[in-house]
Formats: sequence, structure tokens, C-alpha cells
Amino acid sequence: MIDFGKNAGFDLKGRHRAEARFQWMGKIAIAISLFFLAAMVFTIARDASGIIKQTQIQLQLDLTDATGIAQNNKHPSYGKAVKAALRAQFPKVKKRKDKKRLYGFASPEAGFEIARMIDESPEILGRITKVWVTASDGLDLYLRGKVDMDLPERQRRVSDAERDWIATLQEQGHLRRVFNWGFLTNGDSREPEVAGILSALVGTAYSLAVCFAFAFPVGIGAAIYLEEFAPKSRLSDLIEVNINNLAAVPSIVFGLLGLSMFLGVFGMPRSSPLVGGLVLALMTLPTMIIAARAALRSVPPSFKEGALALGASPVQAVFHHVFPVAMPGMLTGSIVGMAQALGETAPLLMIGMVAFIVDIPTSILEPATALPVQIFLWADSPERAFTEKTAAAIIVLLVFLVSMNLIAILLRRKLETRF
Amino acid sequence: MLDPIISARGVNVFYGDSQALFDIELDVLPNKVTALIGPSGCGKSTFLRSINRMNDLIPVCRFEGELTLSGQDIYDKSVDVVALRAQVGMVFQKPNPFPKSIFENVAYGLRIHKMCTAKSELQDRVEWSLKSAGLWEEVSHRLDEPGNSLSGGQQQRLCIARAIAVQPKVVLMDEPCSALDPIATAVIEDLIDSLRKDYTIIIVTHSMQQAARISQRTAFFHLGKLVEFGETKTIFTTPKDERTQNYITGRIG
Repeated sequence: MIDFGKNAGFDLKGRHRAEARFQWMGKIAIAISLFFLAAMVFTIARDASGIIKQTQIQLQLDLTDATGIAQNNKHPSYGKAVKAALRAQFPKVKKRKDKKRLYGFASPEAGFEIARMIDESPEILGRITKVWVTASDGLDLYLRGKVDMDLPERQRRVSDAERDWIATLQEQGHLRRVFNWGFLTNGDSREPEVAGILSALVGTAYSLAVCFAFAFPVGIGAAIYLEEFAPKSRLSDLIEVNINNLAAVPSIVFGLLGLSMFLGVFGMPRSSPLVGGLVLALMTLPTMIIAARAALRSVPPSFKEGALALGASPVQAVFHHVFPVAMPGMLTGSIVGMAQALGETAPLLMIGMVAFIVDIPTSILEPATALPVQIFLWADSPERAFTEKTAAAIIVLLVFLVSMNLIAILLRRKLETRF
Repeated sequence: MLDPIISARGVNVFYGDSQALFDIELDVLPNKVTALIGPSGCGKSTFLRSINRMNDLIPVCRFEGELTLSGQDIYDKSVDVVALRAQVGMVFQKPNPFPKSIFENVAYGLRIHKMCTAKSELQDRVEWSLKSAGLWEEVSHRLDEPGNSLSGGQQQRLCIARAIAVQPKVVLMDEPCSALDPIATAVIEDLIDSLRKDYTIIIVTHSMQQAARISQRTAFFHLGKLVEFGETKTIFTTPKDERTQNYITGRIG
């Protein structure tokens, strides 16, 4: 009888051991990467959770004599009215220093918020109305328990008096926490409580649109020519090597190129998504060309041969049969390249997209900033509340990235031809 | 004796430094099936691909000699390969329908050569081609389905329909049945026989039985040389050359 069992020899035991060892190593590797991914997501989500809701403070606003309150006519602010309302709520506060602390409860932007309210419903002018305005980041942090009250009073950001005022406000129902729409609809600001992501988001969207509009046709065209038409020669080899090298060039170098070329030579507007998009396009071009060539190469040559044998011209054979089949792959490659561009900060710093942008850009020629640059700027800000904004902005960036990849997958599903 | 439609005179083909064909002299008669047989690497496919200049696609490939189609030198500078390939159709070893619908597969040649102006004309020609390829019954109700949803034999007939849709003079077939089962092969063989009345067919095959069954004339290639060429019956019953004798009896190859 022949032994087919485990003890049959042939070094079966050794081979099984090696197999088990390798599988364990693989599992451990996956566990380690999953752990770090989970840790990253957890810390970001924890930090960002603070900005989901925002504190508002209710003021009894006296606008009976509004004409005198508006500070200037172009951008009217009702800061004085806000201060007056806060004073009215705490008539016992007399000292100048204490008043200043009291004013600190409302965001410095509250005056502008009231101006916008008046724009929307002018009837509140000349009346006494109750309105909700954004509270300052300090008040918000205190309410969320982020201020350490065990420290001696001098080292604290919230004094005992302030603590008592806040308690009073809470008792009277003048404080509330609402969903923080402002984060998604505002531009950047010096005040963390009103700083929003929209200007950076729009800047990124414009830049990527420019990037795609420029890099996709150029990249696909170059790939098709190199792969399907270019005669094989020393020159084409040289070009190929250089494209591969360009893909590995640090992105800041492309920023310098953009600075000297687009801004210096062509005189395009500084800090604009147009220039940002073009720089990102230069950066993604090599990646796109390489991906597109790989996609073209994966098309079975029999399609092209069949078309040529029917009497199709080379251009017809490529565009009727090779290109459509390679299209999903080329699109995926491009979107991967764009995703890389999405997270790129360094080249944008070089062309001035690092500016402090409050207004939402309305065209690709206006100054703008981009999501990763915004993250960098906020991470650099000293205010405690900006830490949370940074985490939230990272989440927005990641959501943007995931949706881009989702689009890539959906497009590929839709366009893919089975053969 | 008919006038030959294709004649090769002193054809030499090189791949870089190595010579694949040596001084081929061969006349193909119209409306007959000519079989090219021989062991692998003997140059029969190279010769076949010289006729529609598909070898031009290989950068290192070089052609010498004279190859005429209907009296015209097809390697002349004035010849446009697009026009040549519209006259010389080709069916490949592995069925290669385009990743498009059955209808579009057949209509493609007609479209690129702008042979049909009206839509109804195009539909008629597609129907005619599919009927000629013996495929109409099987696919008439599903012309919108992708060409690669068909079975292997049906795909190969679709490729034949695609080739004859533009009504070429000559149809080249490069081992069209080697990827098919015997039943599908028999269907294609019957088809080839029926196409003979309208087209000149040159077929490369590894199966000597197939050559004997479907061809009227057979050429035996060996190591890049045309060893023997003549009536199929003669080649298979009374070959003159010893190498032919050895090949058809299975001693070499």
C-alpha cells in the first residue's frame, strides 16, 4: 500500500510549515496596515467631531437707531449693536476689562452676520429683535469641556467671572448648539468659528477641472502616438525614458516651472486655479501617459489586425477599435493621476495658491487656494479651534478623493467592453 | 487554362537577417481554393501575409521580388495598402470579432469604405454577407448582441462574413479552423467550398485532410521554399518530390 498521508516523505512537513508561516506573515502584515488605517481614521474623526455642531448665542438686538450703528456703508457691520446687546444682558458689568471679556463671547464676525440678516429681512431694522449669532471659538471650546478649569485662574482662558456669565446665559436659554453649515458654506477666515472650507473646495475643483481639461487630451494624444504610430527609433526610446523619469520628479520642481513659465513668461494671474491646474497637469502628465500606454498595450492586437486587414487606415484601426477598448483603462489611470494631484501642496505654494482667500472664487482666473494648502494653513494656525478645522478639512479632502475614485470605477463599469 | 489572379515571381522575404521565403514562384487561379501546407515555420503564413501586405506591420520585415494581383504589382510604390486590403480580405487563425455588435462587425468594412450610402442598403449588405457566411439563420434575431457572445465557430463565420461584406477578389485564410472543434470545422469547410464560386480563396492549413477535402490546388512549403505545387489530387496521390511524400505520409513535419 502506498502512503499518501502526511508522513509520506517528500518533505511534506517542511512544505506545510513553510506554507503556514507565509500565510501568518501575510495576515500579520494586513493586520498592521489595517491597524494604522483605523488609527488614522479614528484620530481624524475624533478631532473633527468637534465641528459638527457650533455654538450660537442669542442677543436681544436693539436696531431702533440703526443708521448710526452701521460702521461703514460698503461692508456694513453691526459690531456696536452686538456689543450693546451683550452689555444690556449683563448690566452689572462695568469695568472696561470685563466688558472686553464679555464682548469676546460673540464672534467678531457676528456684526457681519447681522448685516446679512438685515439684507435678507430688512424689516428687523428699527426694532428690537432676538437673533442668534455665532459664538466665539473660546466659548465653544468651554462648552465642549475643552478648557481645563482645574488650572489656577490666571493661566486659564476662561475666568471665574466668565464662567458665571456663561452659566447665566445657559440658564436663560441664550446658548444653543446647531449643525455647523458654515463650515461647508463659508470661505476661510481668521476666526476659527466662522472659517469654512468652501473657498478651498471650489479652488480645488477648478484646479482639477483645468488639470483634467489640459492633461487628459494631451496625455492620451501623446500615449496613442507613442504607442501606436511613432516609429521605433533611438529618439522614441529617449522620449520614453524621459517620460518615466519625469514621473519621478519631485512635485515642487513642477511648481518652479509653473512659476517661471506660466507666471513669468505668459503672465497668467498669480494664485489662480488656472495656473494651479496647469502645474498639476504638468505633474500628472507623465503618470497619465504611462497609464494610457499600458491601457493601449493591453488591447488584444487582433482587433487592430482585423481592422487593418479589412482595409482600415491605421488611424481608423486605432480610433475605432483600440481606443474605445483602452478608454476605461486610460480614464482610470487619469483619475489616479488626478487623485495624486488633488493631494499636492508643494507646487501650489510656488505659484502663490497659499494665499489667505476669504471670497469664494467665481472663475479660474481669481485667486484661490486648494484643499491641501488650506489644511496646511490651518494646521499652522495657533488657535486651538483650528486643530479641529484641520481634521475636518482632511475629511473633506478624503471624501473628495473617494468620490473621484468612485467616479472612476463607475465610468469604467459603464464603458468597459467585454471581449 | 485560366489566367492566374495572383502570381509570385522570385519572392524573397526577410525578417531582419534571416530569410523566411526563398524565390517563390506561384500562380493562384481564380475561383479556386488553393491550400498552402507545410510544417510550422516553413513560410506559408509569411507568404499569405505578403499578399495583403500585412507583413508591412512588422518593422524588420523586408520583401523582394514581384507579386501581382490581377496583373498589378502590389508592392509598387503607387499602391495604397488600404485599397489593396479592400480587395484582399483576410480571416485569422483565432476568431477576432470586434468588441461590437454582430451587425457592426459586418458593417464596419462597408462603413469605412463608404460603400453604402443609405441605411437600408447597409442592412441589405449585412444580411447578404451573413447569409453568404451561413450565419444569418442563427443570428438574424440578435444582431445587436456583441460579436463575441457567439460560439467559436459562429465567430469565425462572422469574421468570414465581415471579410466578404466588402466583396474582395481574394480571401486569405490563415488556419481558420485550428481553434475550432470538428463540427464547426465541417461547417466552415462547406462554407469555403460554396464561397469558391465568387471568390478566390487561399488557405493555410496544418490539416492535410482539410487541404485534400476543400482545395483544388495545393502548395507544399518546406524551410521557406516552395517544394511542390499543383493539383491537389496529384500532390496527395503522386507527389514528385520526396519531401512532399514524406510530409503527407507523416514522416516529417
